[in-house]
Amino acid sequence: MDAVIENLPLFLEGFRNTLGLLVLAGIGALVLGIIIATMRISPVASFRGFATVFTEIVRNTPLTLVLFFCAYLLPYLQYSPGYFTLAAIGLTVYTSPFVAEALRSGINGVHVGQAEAARSIGLTFGQTLSFVVMPQAVRMVIPPLINVFIALTKNTSVAGAFFVFELFGAARKVTNLRGDEVLAILLSVAAFYLLVTISLGLIAGRVEKKVAVLR
Amino acid sequence: MTSVLYDAPGPKAIVRSRVLSIVGIIVIAAGLVWLILALGAPKVSANGAVQPGLWDASRWDVFTDVQVWRTLGQGALSTLRMAAVAAVFALVLGVLFSFGRASDTRWIRIPTTIVLEFVRGMPVLLMMLFILLVFSTGSFWAGVAALSVYNGAIIGEALRAGIASLPRGQREAGLAIGLTPIATRFRIEFPQAFRQMLPIIIAQLVVLLKDTSLSFVVGYEELLRSGLYNLTNFFGSRYSFSFFLVVLAIYLTMNLLLSWLARVIARRTGSRAGGVTPDAAAPPEKPVAPEVVHPAAQGNQSAGAPPY
Repeated sequence: MDAVIENLPLFLEGFRNTLGLLVLAGIGALVLGIIIATMRISPVASFRGFATVFTEIVRNTPLTLVLFFCAYLLPYLQYSPGYFTLAAIGLTVYTSPFVAEALRSGINGVHVGQAEAARSIGLTFGQTLSFVVMPQAVRMVIPPLINVFIALTKNTSVAGAFFVFELFGAARKVTNLRGDEVLAILLSVAAFYLLVTISLGLIAGRVEKKVAVLR
Repeated sequence: MTSVLYDAPGPKAIVRSRVLSIVGIIVIAAGLVWLILALGAPKVSANGAVQPGLWDASRWDVFTDVQVWRTLGQGALSTLRMAAVAAVFALVLGVLFSFGRASDTRWIRIPTTIVLEFVRGMPVLLMMLFILLVFSTGSFWAGVAALSVYNGAIIGEALRAGIASLPRGQREAGLAIGLTPIATRFRIEFPQAFRQMLPIIIAQLVVLLKDTSLSFVVGYEELLRSGLYNLTNFFGSRYSFSFFLVVLAIYLTMNLLLSWLARVIARRTGSRAGGVTPDAAAPPEKPVAPEVVHPAAQGNQSAGAPPY
């Protein structure tokens, strides 16, 4: 146990970087995901096609490959803003189609009659989306969206393998230093992850109960 | 749904939408062309050496070497081997987890729930490192064990949801004809739940196949390590982009094939499962309360008062 207590500053630094990655990539993926979801349901065929192809390609690419690209190939293409930023970019791109899919399924989950009613009183595409469909879709979307962010929290660990010093990186470093207490070290790192994932899960459950739309 | 969002376009709107579509195609195509040209442009590195662009033949000539293809093939095979072994274990574990989670005995149910929560909230990568260091297995078995425990937990949860969504009459009928609770679960509930959840399970197996690439980090010679990392180290970084594109193409082919298979199976079992359990076929926006969807499924015993 003393290996954990001695190296607590390392763990806390790792935890801070994990949270940093989570927040940065989370916001980035949310923005990119909204753009892709809008393209996916837009009336313009070429945008729809582009968004579909993007979603299919990124969703079927392993995260390790995406981060490998960011950590090794982007610097090779003379773009190197530091490994933390590169990992954040990779996680953003990787997470965005999942966000877009969650949003799209939320929009599709809104009852067709709602959109039909909005259309029949003469609202335009933009008005229908922003006044009728979106306010309902957002509520249905929040729980799956939180699930995406829980997955993102776990995915930040992959960045630890590509030169970012976050929790997984901290675990690797400390287990190298103190090979005799591997079990305690890994369990405490797991506890940090569970702290984030379980609390996000609890929030998701609470929100789900609170905003559930009765229909 | 999306067709409701906007009017059936009139002549003006058709023209506008077509113009926008063409503009969109041009913008996207221009972006792609720019990307291709930018990657193809020769570049000067800091020490003054000029490197030919990406599409230059000198960046691709390694692919005439049979050994390169053999390495790539071996990498893909070890990825598939790990995925196959882990998938089998994940399915077995998933069944066990779902039984434990839905057990009537509190001493089985509560520990299983805790283990499941723990496993689902932890990164697979950390689990791989954990198993590698604590049990000092090889990197192959570390990867297999972590992948099967994690995906087993998720499959188990899906199966439990499938069992829970069955009409209660199924279990009661099984018990009523004198089957033991375990036999009821195995022979009545489980086959229906499995069939109903098959699309989710296969989707999870695609995730598993993708996640085998995490074993790159613990040093297993899978597609990413042997096909991208080792080959780039061996042939020099000027081939790194070519190797990346090829490895990406291999991954996409494998995953898209499996996803396509998932969709085919989902379509085929969707109708069949609908015959067995009517609420599976109900549209998702309807509530799945059994008494609403399938009044006949609720026996008099479980409903309390007879419904008629």
